[in-house]
Amino acid sequence: MSAETTSTPIATVRAPGLLRRHWPWLAAIAIALLLPWLFFDWTKGRHSGFVLTMLSEIGLMSVFALSFNMLMGQTGLLSFGHAILFGLGGYCTAHALNAVKAGTLWLPVELVPLVGGLGGLVFGAAFGYVVTKQRATAFAMITMGLGELVAACALMFMGFFGGEGGIPTDRMVGTSLVGVDYSSSWQVYCLIVAWVAIATVLMRLQTQTPLGRMANAQRDNFERTQFVGYDPRMIRFYQFTLSGFFAGIGGALYVLVYEIVTFDTVAAAKSATALLATYIGGAGSFLGPFLGTVVVVLLQSGVSLISNAWLLYVGGLFIVMVMFAPGGIMGIVARHEPIARIGRLGELVVPYARILPPGLLSVLGFVTLVELAQLTTIGAAQNKSLAIGGQAIDPHSALPWATGAVMLIGGGLWLRREARVFRVRWDALIEEAKARGLPV
Amino acid sequence: MSNAIALRGVEKSFGRTKIIRGVDLAIPRGERHAMIGPNGAGKTTLFNLISGRFPVTSGTIEINGQAIDGLPPHQINRLGLSRSFQITSIFPRLSVFENIRCGLLWARGYRYSFWNLLGAERALNEEADRMLERLGLQDRRNVPAGLLSYAEQRALEIGITVAGGADIILLDEPTSGMSHSETEQAVRLIRAVSEGKTLLMVEHDMSVVFGLADIITVLVYGEVIASGPPAEIRANPAVQEAYLGSEAA
Repeated sequence: MSAETTSTPIATVRAPGLLRRHWPWLAAIAIALLLPWLFFDWTKGRHSGFVLTMLSEIGLMSVFALSFNMLMGQTGLLSFGHAILFGLGGYCTAHALNAVKAGTLWLPVELVPLVGGLGGLVFGAAFGYVVTKQRATAFAMITMGLGELVAACALMFMGFFGGEGGIPTDRMVGTSLVGVDYSSSWQVYCLIVAWVAIATVLMRLQTQTPLGRMANAQRDNFERTQFVGYDPRMIRFYQFTLSGFFAGIGGALYVLVYEIVTFDTVAAAKSATALLATYIGGAGSFLGPFLGTVVVVLLQSGVSLISNAWLLYVGGLFIVMVMFAPGGIMGIVARHEPIARIGRLGELVVPYARILPPGLLSVLGFVTLVELAQLTTIGAAQNKSLAIGGQAIDPHSALPWATGAVMLIGGGLWLRREARVFRVRWDALIEEAKARGLPV
Repeated sequence: MSNAIALRGVEKSFGRTKIIRGVDLAIPRGERHAMIGPNGAGKTTLFNLISGRFPVTSGTIEINGQAIDGLPPHQINRLGLSRSFQITSIFPRLSVFENIRCGLLWARGYRYSFWNLLGAERALNEEADRMLERLGLQDRRNVPAGLLSYAEQRALEIGITVAGGADIILLDEPTSGMSHSETEQAVRLIRAVSEGKTLLMVEHDMSVVFGLADIITVLVYGEVIASGPPAEIRANPAVQEAYLGSEAA
C-alpha cells in the first residue's frame, strides 16, 4: 500500500491493505491448499485420496453448516429439514452435469456449483414461502415434515431423483475455463477450496447487510422488528431463500466430489449433521459451524476407521456441549475474552492443567466401556478384537469392564472436585473483570 | 386531516370482557398528549390498538388521516407511527449501536437489502452515532444491549422508537421503575426527541405528565372521562375522584 493510504484515518478505512486486514482468511486458504501436501506420497508421486476426500468433505459440509447457521444462529430458526436444500441443489447439479456431458448444455465445470446454488435458491423460495409463515417451534415442526416429504419423494419420483440408486454423474465433461479436466482429486480439491472460500466470504458479508442485521434483530425480538417497519415474516423468507442458495452450493460441491447424488443427501440424517456441527462449534459466532464441521468430519472419517461407535461419540459430544457449553467451542473461547482483556489468562493455566487428568480419565473410561460393548455385538460379527500393547482383551471377562467403570466413575468424581476449584478461580477472575468495568 | 391520531367509537373486547368501551379521541399534529388512568383502565390496550398490535372490535382508528383497519404493525409504522413498550423491548444480543441502526434501516430505505454493506454506509452510521450521543449512550456503543442497566435500556428503547424520524411517537410508561434523577433525565430526553412531533404517552408519574403534556386524557374503565389542558384536568372533580384523589390518599 502506498504511503498516501496511511496518511489519514479515513483513507485507511477506504483502502485497507488486503493482506493486513484479511490475513486470517488468506491464511485459511493457504492452509487448506498446503495441508494435503503433508500427506503427499513422494515415492508414488500422488496425493492421499483419503485425506483429499476428507478435506473436501470438511469444505462442502462447512458450507452446508454455515448456511444452516444463517437460519439457526442468525435468525433463531431451527430447521430440521435443511438437507432438502442441500440435496436438491445436488440433484440439480447432477442433471446439469449430465446435460453438459450429453452436449445439450454448455457450462464450464468451474461454474457448475452456481447451478446447485440456483436450485437451492428456487426450492428455498418455494419451501420458504410455506415454512417462514411460522417461527420458533412451529417452524421447526414444519421443516421436519417438509424434510420427510422430500425424502419420501426422492424414493418415489424416479425421473428426477433416480430412486435408491440416485443420479450418477461424471465431472470430466471437458468444459473448463482454465483447461483442467478434473480427472485427479487434487484438481477437484482446488475447485472445492475456491468455492468454499467464495461461499464463506459471501455468507460472512451477508451478515453485515441490512437483511443480515434485521435477521439478528428478528431472532432477538421479532415483535420489535415490526415496530421499526419490518415484516418479520419477510425477513425470515429472504433469509431462508438465501440460505437455500448456499446450501445448494454445498450440495453441488458434494456432487463434484462424489460424482453421484443419492436420496440420503436430502434425508434427516444430513440435516442432523449440520445441526450437530453447528451446536458443537457454536451457533453464536460466524465461524462456529466451520469448527464444528471439522470436529464432526474428523470423527466421522477418522474415528470411524477404528471404531464402529463413532456416531455415539459425536452424540455424546453433542450432549456434553449442549449441557455444559451451549455456546459451543466458539462460545467457550469467547467466555475467556474478559479475562484475557484484564491480562489474567495465565492464572487459568494451572486450574486447566488440574482438570485435564480427571477429564481424560473419565473419557477413557467411557471409551473403554463403549468399545467393550460394541465388541460384544457388531464388533464380534466383524471378527474385530481389542488389544492393548499386544495383549488381547477379552470383552467377555469382568476385569476390563470393571477397569472401564472405575475409570469413568472415579474420573467423574475427581473431575467434580477439580471443577469446583476451577469454578472458584474462574468466578473470581470474572468478578475482577466486572469490577474493571468490562461488560460480562 | 390535521389530526395525527383520530379514534372514533373504538371498542375492544377480549372474550366477553369489554376493555375499551367506545373511545373517541383526536390528537392534532404536534401535540404532546398524555393518557392517565388507574391500573386496568385500558391505556396499554388502547396503545396496542393504535399501533396495530391488536385489531379493534369495532370503531375506526386513523393515523395521519388514513384508516388502519386490519393493517399489520409494520405497515402502521411505515405511516409514520413508532412506539415503545411498557416492558422494555430492545434487541438484547445486538450492540447498542446496532439497536439504533436497526431502528433507522427501514426509514432510510434499506428495506431487505442483502447487498449494501452497512460498514460502508457512512451517513447512516453517523446518524446512528448522533442518536447515541443524544441518548447519552455513546460510551456504551459496542456493549450488547442486554447488558445495559435498566434506565439505559429504557433510554435505548426511546432511541430505537424515535431514530427513524416517525412523526407520531407512542411511549408506554417511559419512566416506570426509574429513580428520581433518572426520571428527570428521561423527561429531558423525551422533551428533546418529541420536539415538533406528535407525542402520545401513558404515564403514572404525575410530575412527568404535568411537566410534559399539552393535553391530558383520563381513561377509566375503558372510557374517556375527561380530556383537556393540565390545569383543567387537575381541577376536574370527576378526575380527582377517580384517579388523582386515590393517588394522593
